[in-house]
Amino acid sequence: MYLIIVGGGKVGFYLTKSLLAEGHEVLLIEKNPRRAAFLIDELGADHVWVGDGCDSSTFAQVGMNRADAVIAVTGDDEDNLVVCLLAKRKFNVPRTIARINNPRNAAIFARLGIDVTVSTTEIIQAQIERALPLRSLVHLLALRRGGIELVEGKVAPGAPADGRPLRELGIPVDALVVMVVRGDQTFIPSGETVLRADDEVLAVTTPASEGALRRLLLGA
Amino acid sequence: MRIVILGCGRLGAYLARRFAQEGHQVIVIDREREALEALGPDFPGETVVGMGIDAEVLRRAGIEGADVFIAVTGYDNTNIMAAEVAREIFGVPRVITRLNDPLRAEIFQELGLKTISPTVLAAEAIRKCLEA
Repeated sequence: MYLIIVGGGKVGFYLTKSLLAEGHEVLLIEKNPRRAAFLIDELGADHVWVGDGCDSSTFAQVGMNRADAVIAVTGDDEDNLVVCLLAKRKFNVPRTIARINNPRNAAIFARLGIDVTVSTTEIIQAQIERALPLRSLVHLLALRRGGIELVEGKVAPGAPADGRPLRELGIPVDALVVMVVRGDQTFIPSGETVLRADDEVLAVTTPASEGALRRLLLGA
Repeated sequence: MRIVILGCGRLGAYLARRFAQEGHQVIVIDREREALEALGPDFPGETVVGMGIDAEVLRRAGIEGADVFIAVTGYDNTNIMAAEVAREIFGVPRVITRLNDPLRAEIFQELGLKTISPTVLAAEAIRKCLEA
C-alpha cells in the first residue's frame, strides 16, 4: 500500500518507521526544513518530502491520487482536517485518517467525511480507566454510522448482574452482551448465562442505553 | 442580519465596525482578549474570547441563528475548518472565508466554500493600475 503521512513530529516519525518496517510504501511530509533534515537522516531521502502538507502542489508532486490512505498527524486539528479534506475531495483518496486533539472534533470530522479519527486524549483517558478501577464502562470503539458503541466493563460484586442469568436482567433491547471473559475462559453468552462478579464483559450498545447497561453490570 | 465574524485583526475589526454601524447584529470572536478590545468601548456589538474551530465557542457566539459567518483569522486552515463547521454543522446560509493562499482559495471555492484571496485581489488591482 502507498501511505502518505503528513506531519513529521514524534507521532509521524515513529508511525512512518513502523509502517516502513511492515513493508509499506510510505512518504512522510514535513514542512519545517530543519526537522525534515533530521527525518531524512533517520528514514532516508526516499521516504521524506519537504513541503507544506496543506498545499495542493505538494499533493500533486507526491502522487496523492494514487495513495491508498492519507494520515494527518500534525499537532493542529485544523491542519489535519484540511489535509484530509483535500485528499478526500480533490484527490479521491479512499481512506483518510486524522489525529485530533479535541475529542469533540471527532463528530465534526465524521460529518465532514473524514473516515477515521484518532483522539490521543481519549486513548489516554481509556488507558487510565483501564488501569484504575473506575465505575464506568470503557469505550473501545464507536461505530460511526450506526451510533453504536463497543464497551467493556467488569461485573461488580453485588451488582444486579452478579449471580443472575442474562435473560432476567432486563437488558435494554438496543444493548447486547457479546462476550464474557472469566479467568482464562472466553465465551459468547446466551440468555441462560449467569454472570459473576469480576467477569469481564464486552457489550454493544447505543449511547442512550449505556447508562442502563452500566447500572446492571456495575451496580452504579 | 446576525453576522458572526471570526478573527479580530485589521480586516475583522473593520468589518465588525462597518456592519454594526449599518445596524446589523454583530458578534466577533478572537482568541485574544486584547484583539477584541481594539474594537473600542463604543462598539455596539458583542465579543467572544475563544478558538473559532471549537464548536462550543461558535455556539456561544450565537452561530445557530446567524445569517452570515465570516472567517478572517490570519490562518488559512483555521478559516477553512471554522467555515466548514459553520456551513455543514450549523447550516449558516452564507459563509465567507478569507484565504491568503490563492491555490487553497481556488480549491475550496471549487469544493463549495465562498473564498476571498487578498493576494489575488491585490495582484489584480495592481495589474489594473498598470493597464490604465
